[in-house]
Amino acid sequence: MQFTAGLRSLKLVAVLRGLRFLRRSVTSGPRMDAQSTSAIAVDRLVKLYKGVAAVDGITFRLAPGSITGLLGGNGAGKTTTIAMIMGLVTPTSGTVSVLGARMPDERYRVLHRMNFESPYVALPMRLTVRQNLSVFAQLYAVADIDERIAALAADLDLGEFLDRPAGKLSAGQKTRVSLAKALLNRPEILLLDEPTASLDPDTADWVRERLEHYRRAQGATVLLASHNMTEVERLCERVIIMKKGRIEDDDTPQRLLARYGRETLEEVFLDVARGRAEQHEAAQ
Amino acid sequence: MNASDSGLDFSFNRVAAMVRRYWYLLRSSWPRVLDLIYWPTVQMLMWGFLQLYVAQQGGGLFMRASGVFIGAVLLWDILFRGQLGFSISFLEEMWSHNLGNLMMSPLRPVEFIAALMIMSIVRLAIGMIPVTLLAFAFFGFNLWSLGLALAAFFVNLILTSWAIGIFVSGLLLRNGMGAESMAWTIMFLFLPLTCVYYPVTVLPWYLQYVAWSLPPTYVFEGMRALLIDHVFRADLMVEALAFNVVLFAAASFAFLKLLQSARVQGSLLQTGE
Repeated sequence: MQFTAGLRSLKLVAVLRGLRFLRRSVTSGPRMDAQSTSAIAVDRLVKLYKGVAAVDGITFRLAPGSITGLLGGNGAGKTTTIAMIMGLVTPTSGTVSVLGARMPDERYRVLHRMNFESPYVALPMRLTVRQNLSVFAQLYAVADIDERIAALAADLDLGEFLDRPAGKLSAGQKTRVSLAKALLNRPEILLLDEPTASLDPDTADWVRERLEHYRRAQGATVLLASHNMTEVERLCERVIIMKKGRIEDDDTPQRLLARYGRETLEEVFLDVARGRAEQHEAAQ
Repeated sequence: MNASDSGLDFSFNRVAAMVRRYWYLLRSSWPRVLDLIYWPTVQMLMWGFLQLYVAQQGGGLFMRASGVFIGAVLLWDILFRGQLGFSISFLEEMWSHNLGNLMMSPLRPVEFIAALMIMSIVRLAIGMIPVTLLAFAFFGFNLWSLGLALAAFFVNLILTSWAIGIFVSGLLLRNGMGAESMAWTIMFLFLPLTCVYYPVTVLPWYLQYVAWSLPPTYVFEGMRALLIDHVFRADLMVEALAFNVVLFAAASFAFLKLLQSARVQGSLLQTGE
């Protein structure tokens, strides 16, 4: 009896997943059309490390000017996915296309139109903030470097420590400087990996506000990997939830909340992370 | 695929940005500058006094050709410090966790390498020019009096040092900081084999083949020919240059392959141990 019920649940989950996939395929349209109109197109992307799948056949497309959250626990494959989008890691199979350029082979066609921010990379500590920004501005061929640095310093409130070595800044100040570096070339594609990790709530909120402002002003496409549900809920119009290298769910925050019958994304995330999503779908 | 797609195009502006970055770093730290001068000075003084002592004891060779040891140590330092200058600039990126920023910027590998080469010359100049002046003050040995021969020695030695530096950088990209010790020690393998302080004929016959396949051997033999026999061996310099072209091409190829492998292995994400 129990066995038959379990089997029915499993079939139901499979049917629900199939329907969700079909819905996404239909809304995405034909592959070529979608790729040509997407800012980022990820298609059946796989990354294996010594036979273990860090990313396991994910497909998604980001529309120009959209802001999307990539959610997932540790080891879900978020950072590897972002690294493949940036052309830093070569996929085992599948394709990544950014602004029409296939990554990593054609990365030099688009790297100057992209930028990123992550707490896992740092700026040289002995160089002052101004020196660091000026070097990167030159690497990105920014016109009027001094003017751009002055504008970013005003916008991100860096003026007070612009001539201080980067190594002598607080965590919050370092994040603001990294953000300034990420915005130097006015990127059309902005990739953010845990942009507010280790920041106090006030600074984190301030950073989110600046990101939101930049996205609206420039019409940039933003992909944000985060553990922070409040951040994703506030910033993102679409959420992709990853688990063990796969996409577990992909929708707007509102629809996710409604579908899972939860009040916060954190609860949705926990449902997915602890495998309660399948139970929930089966129950429905 | 055009040059821009393949990363083969070249921007002097981006090279200048990287040189500026290393210059800022050097300027911000006097211990870094001191370190550039300290060891070459110690080496030169030690070998200089040893040569003086041997000559005072009636060493025939040293009576005939003063400065063989000092000349050898100064040329060895060009080779060793040239590679170290290249590799340390690269290591600075790993130490500061900045490699990710650079690898995701429009900076091409060839521009990165060009900036590292320029910095190796800048670091070498800061370290070696004062030491050559000290060699003249203490031992009356004027390296600059070698003129065009010195230029030929320098070109060949710096090309070898860059080739080794490029190869080591590839290893660092592929294997992370686990390969750091290679940056400090790899050149010492060249010390006995390139016959810095003795002629090639001292080596056993089978090692002589190895020695003659290394470009610096031709330079050190050329230096001894110049200081002892007062003959400039242009043939040796041309042979060294030919070997250097091969070595440099092989190192560049290895670097690109190691970088490609680092992208496959995902090691550019983890540049720590």
